[in-house]
Amino acid sequence: MSGGLYSTEKNDFDRTLDLKRIKPYGDTMNDGKTQLSFTLPVPAGEEAIEAAKQLMREMGFENPQVVYSKELTSGFTFFNCYGSCTRAVDFTAIRVPKVTSTRWEMRETDDFIRERIGRPIVVVGASTGTDAHTVGIDAIMNMKGFAGHHGLERYEMFETYNLGSQVPNEEFIARAIETRADALLVSQTVTQKEAHVKNLTELVEMLEAENLRDKVILACGGPRISHELAKELGYDAGFGMNTYADDVASFLAQELDRRINT
Amino acid sequence: MSKLGLDFEKVKRARQVARKIAGEVQEFVDRYSTVAVERTLCRLLGIDGIDESGVPLPNVLVESIRERGLLREGILFFLGNAMIETSLSPADIAARVARGELDLTRSPVQPADKIAAILAPRVEECIERIRARREKRERYLQTIGEGAKPYLYVIVATGNIHEDVIQARAAARQGADIIAVIRTTGQSLLDYVPYGATTEGFGGTFATQENFRIMREALDEVSEEIGRYIRLCNYCSGLCMPEIAAMGALEGLDVMLNDALYGILFRDINMQRTLVDQFMSRVINGFAGVIINTGEDNYLTTADAVEQAHTVLASDLINEQLALLAGLPEEQMGLGHAFEIDPGRENGFLLELAQAQMTREIFPRAPLKYMPPTKFMTGNIFRGHIQDALFNLVGIWTSQGIQLLGMPTEAIHTPFMSDRYLSIENARYIFNTLKNIGDEVEYKPGGIIQRRAREVLDNATSLLENIEREGLFAALEKGIFADVKRPRNGGKGLAGVTEKGARYYNPFIQRMLHV
Repeated sequence: MSGGLYSTEKNDFDRTLDLKRIKPYGDTMNDGKTQLSFTLPVPAGEEAIEAAKQLMREMGFENPQVVYSKELTSGFTFFNCYGSCTRAVDFTAIRVPKVTSTRWEMRETDDFIRERIGRPIVVVGASTGTDAHTVGIDAIMNMKGFAGHHGLERYEMFETYNLGSQVPNEEFIARAIETRADALLVSQTVTQKEAHVKNLTELVEMLEAENLRDKVILACGGPRISHELAKELGYDAGFGMNTYADDVASFLAQELDRRINT
Repeated sequence: MSKLGLDFEKVKRARQVARKIAGEVQEFVDRYSTVAVERTLCRLLGIDGIDESGVPLPNVLVESIRERGLLREGILFFLGNAMIETSLSPADIAARVARGELDLTRSPVQPADKIAAILAPRVEECIERIRARREKRERYLQTIGEGAKPYLYVIVATGNIHEDVIQARAAARQGADIIAVIRTTGQSLLDYVPYGATTEGFGGTFATQENFRIMREALDEVSEEIGRYIRLCNYCSGLCMPEIAAMGALEGLDVMLNDALYGILFRDINMQRTLVDQFMSRVINGFAGVIINTGEDNYLTTADAVEQAHTVLASDLINEQLALLAGLPEEQMGLGHAFEIDPGRENGFLLELAQAQMTREIFPRAPLKYMPPTKFMTGNIFRGHIQDALFNLVGIWTSQGIQLLGMPTEAIHTPFMSDRYLSIENARYIFNTLKNIGDEVEYKPGGIIQRRAREVLDNATSLLENIEREGLFAALEKGIFADVKRPRNGGKGLAGVTEKGARYYNPFIQRMLHV
């Protein structure tokens, strides 16, 4: 456990930032320092610690250190580790699909809709399938919103229907037709065994079968959802962690404007 | 003596109002039954198993009278008639009905006293079996003992009961006092209980009687090994609420989530259905010595924890009265509340402390169920671990009964074995280093904490008075709790509700209520 904080070993790596080869940063450029923790299904002891170090080398870490280990229960040992990552990525070559709309404040969005669309945008939202969590859809749709970002109900220019949780895709589509929805919002919180992917895919397929897919703006959201995943599954947008009602509202307004007015 | 300077005359007044609200609900409940209640009676009489297409026999039986429009007379009336006619046991009768060899509704109608007489030994057999399970728990508590309160409550949720056993044993050895097996997502909306041991689930494991048995047996073993009784918790909620209570009572479960209001608000279960179901389930839980947990903490996952704190107290008071009507003693009431104030709020911790201390003082004998932060857990596991530490601090300071341990990885995944270890270590550290802080520290008279507690009590009392004027059903329709509105005739399961007919018979309620 020596050689960490007070290490006097020579650091002979290049300390200049190269965006074509970026590495984790501990306290020195390109030191590659990474912390990680995991559990191995073996009893605690010298052999367990050695196994953890070897595994880290397999993962591409140099100078692996096990700073803490503890047998959680007979035959399972937990490790806190540090190591220097030997791999690098080219930051300049990274392209991530993003929702391209500009985020506006509530009033800006309302004004834009009033001026460009001329009527409220009808939005139907739900946590669909077996997912019982309403926290996501409520954060986006309820009056109160979340973390100071008012939900769509608070906007003057959105007409909203929050169907709550465990809404079957059939019922969701039926309500979309009934309310003549401009946009559908699907929240998915439970992601065990890819339940969200199956459910989101089923909705797209059903909308296509009903010939509705192109008639609505379709967006999904949840802590494990990314815009990239959403696009892959055939959605117009995906909203992940740290996105709020204003992100969704701005996107819907701008996207509907694009579809109607261009 | 109140550390908060609470006016206990006001508390008394709030309780009286809650009692009236609960009494009005009970008048309704007494006149109704449901398919789930009737299936529960089947299970209590030893009817278990499935038919050739996998339908549970209690469903087969109850469906056979419901489809003939006779649910209102209740399953025991028909079973009693059939038992007199055939001299078969309830289980054998169920098997025959399942094979299409017997129609319960065609047996000659017998007088009520004869039906009661033929059912009586079966009822007693069931009562004795549940009593024996309860005594087994009590023996364990007397011989090997239990952990100190707050009990450490952790969840397992692998989907596979055998994997759950491994996780549960590990958690017990690390210091957990209560193991909750999270149910698979969506089970609350199934109108039947799956059968047998299960190894596939989403975000949890099916509640089945066999899974209950497997896990209780494993915990008995580990309890003996570590010399501390480990309680088992499951979810007695959703459309099969009383059936799961019966299964739990038969298999020795110790703690059950059991709250109709939660189902109404968060699972959109019809309020009439689930309040009737809840009464039967609480009667069973009361008799079986099971601690119930109520779900008020969930209100604060949708509504604001500062603005809506009084709704939690008001609901706790109603739940207390509904539980008393079902024969549940205060010592079995794990009334719920939570640590859900935005961590960015100035003096938020003081408000949490006020709420927890107030709840403790208002329900002095209840093993209060205290829920950890979930809404403001962000994926920053390092800050999350600190939020959980502050939550644990309030837990030991205010002598909570059941501390649902927060996990640093809340909002990311169901807990890893190591998450559980870190959380238990966190709680044990804080519970030990601050053991007697509640005895040592007093609150400043008229300070932030005392003022907050009084404010919440006052607001809860006015809310209860409003609910009393309208009735609980109407209040729920208006979205009084958790900002969620539910129509009296909406939601799931209404079709399974029936008014009781003239021949309706259910001896278990009397038998279990008056022990």
